[in-house]
Amino acid sequence: MITTPYGHTVYAMAAEYPSAAALYEAAKHVRDAGFRRWDVYSPFPIHGMDDAMGIGKSWLSGWVLFGGISGFLTAALIEFGPSSILYPLTVHGKPRGFFTVPAFFPIMFELTVLFAAFSAFFAWQIMNRLPRWNHPMFNWDRFSRVTNDGFFLAIEARDPRFTENGVYELLEQTGGQHITIVHED
Amino acid sequence: MDGAPAAAPASVEEARQRIAHVPLVLNRRSFNWLTQRISEVVEQPAPRWWWVIFTITASAATFGIFCIGYQISTGVGTWGNQIPVGWAWDITNFVFWIGIGHAGTLISAILFLLRQKWRTSINRSAEAMTLFAVICAAIFPGIHVGRFWMAWYLAPMPNNWGIWQNFRSALMWDVFAVSTYFTVSVLFWYTGLVPDLATLRDRATTRIRKFLFGIFALGWRGSNRHWRHYEMAYLLLAGLSTPLVLSVHSVVSFDFASTVIPTWHTTIFPPYFVAGAIFGGFAMVLTLLLPARAIFKLQDVITPQHVDKMAKVILLTGSFVGYAYAMEFFIAWYSGDHFERYAFWNRVFGPYWWYWWFGMLFCNMLSPQLFWFRWCRHNVLVVFFVAMCVNAGMWFERFIIIAGGLARDFLPSSWRVYYPTWVDIWTYIGTIGIFTSLFLLFIRFLPMIAMSEVKTATPEADPHYGESPEIESLPAGGKERTR
Repeated sequence: MITTPYGHTVYAMAAEYPSAAALYEAAKHVRDAGFRRWDVYSPFPIHGMDDAMGIGKSWLSGWVLFGGISGFLTAALIEFGPSSILYPLTVHGKPRGFFTVPAFFPIMFELTVLFAAFSAFFAWQIMNRLPRWNHPMFNWDRFSRVTNDGFFLAIEARDPRFTENGVYELLEQTGGQHITIVHED
Repeated sequence: MDGAPAAAPASVEEARQRIAHVPLVLNRRSFNWLTQRISEVVEQPAPRWWWVIFTITASAATFGIFCIGYQISTGVGTWGNQIPVGWAWDITNFVFWIGIGHAGTLISAILFLLRQKWRTSINRSAEAMTLFAVICAAIFPGIHVGRFWMAWYLAPMPNNWGIWQNFRSALMWDVFAVSTYFTVSVLFWYTGLVPDLATLRDRATTRIRKFLFGIFALGWRGSNRHWRHYEMAYLLLAGLSTPLVLSVHSVVSFDFASTVIPTWHTTIFPPYFVAGAIFGGFAMVLTLLLPARAIFKLQDVITPQHVDKMAKVILLTGSFVGYAYAMEFFIAWYSGDHFERYAFWNRVFGPYWWYWWFGMLFCNMLSPQLFWFRWCRHNVLVVFFVAMCVNAGMWFERFIIIAGGLARDFLPSSWRVYYPTWVDIWTYIGTIGIFTSLFLLFIRFLPMIAMSEVKTATPEADPHYGESPEIESLPAGGKERTR
């Protein structure tokens, strides 16, 4: 754990970049330098940044598949359960057993979509550890521009390759401006 | 149809200029300009016109809610509905409002999958419009059942005799389709809002704004590790919403198509209804956005190009609808079914004849044909006129299908022409008030343009911007570049 002379715990060393293109180039250098615990911050998603950071595809889709399947099964349960088992009624002259299934498709489809959408919605928050209303990066006053037109890169102090001078030089070489230490608290 | 054919280009440079993309954000506005201009709408005090219009619409909404209360406490007899016309303005309004919602989902989901970057300027307000329209729509099935306190029968749970709902009924499908549609639209809308709520949080000057936007922004900090999951979720929500939106109006059309009433019992209904929904919805998007872009000086973000493209969608879907109308008549003749033929004769010359001539023929089939001409697509007044025609025409279309089909059924002795009562009329005006009031509140409290998405439509958002002069001179037009 690195602390400043004033006793603050260091979260990361961060820099601001003038443009999305500059941030993209810097990310490639940081990736190639072998850092693991670092992140870039931008007002919008930058195309190709996942590759520039060396992080792969998001597997959020797995949760959505799981949600979709559970929605489908729920629909099958609430349709076949009452209509074929609990209280079978003959309506419209339609069959009561399995062969009534075409009339069950719309609700099966709707619940598949509903459950899958809920999974997508909660999965992006859970996988991002959100909501989290405090974060060390918010301690840096310049960082409020991240939702406007600021592009930032931060390398965390807990990264095994983190050294104060080494990271400072790397950020400076890649064109980082306003390089600073971000406090944990 | 772009006027007289132009002369051949004099040089390669001129040819290149002619085919160059028109930028989606005009005047090369910076990220900061976009943030500033869009956030200002929310941050500055409400202008006087806002209060004037809001007072009118909120009064209409209040009186509409009074009419709903009167109808619930007195009974469906306060409406003009009478056998054989058991469905009239109530279900017309339901189909009208739910249809309007479809344009929002088309813009946010289908155009996203098709990588149409121009959607970024209009998707937020179109999605908001979807939600408010579905809220208005949902009122009618609830109150038209007559005994409103029994509306819980719509939910899938057994009644006190242990009898369950009939899951094979189109009406039951409708309950699931509309409630799923609303819920998924809310999730999709809120997901898109989070980065922009963070923008408003970071710009907030008062404690209460900081607190509220802070809560709803979920602590968003623009991290790329977050964007990665976020974009995947957004893509999947778009992918899920795409078949959903096509299914919703299909299911709504099953309410009619699965009956035996002439003019209802047709297989063309699902695609015909979906096309009509998108057609009517785009008209409503234009109705809301043309004044908004002028008032809030957003012409650099919602450019003539956007209006042009929306007009083209109206032309396309309007032509689908016109084709469907023509095909209905052809099939009525070709089927040789006397009832079907007579019902369509009635549509044109029966008691609701002028609804057909004005609403379906003039407003829906003919007026959008103006959009073949570039001059019309670029003239705001013409576009607004056609949008208003389509708004009216789509309401008339639903009324003719519903009440026109019922008023003259198989048994001439039971024929009856439907006339609305003041409760019918004011309930409908009330929902227009609810819709407009909610939209006015939306533009006051939330960013009406998706800032984080519009920024991706600028050339500076390209990670290779500045590497070669090509990228600099050719702004990202047309194609969506985010994932």
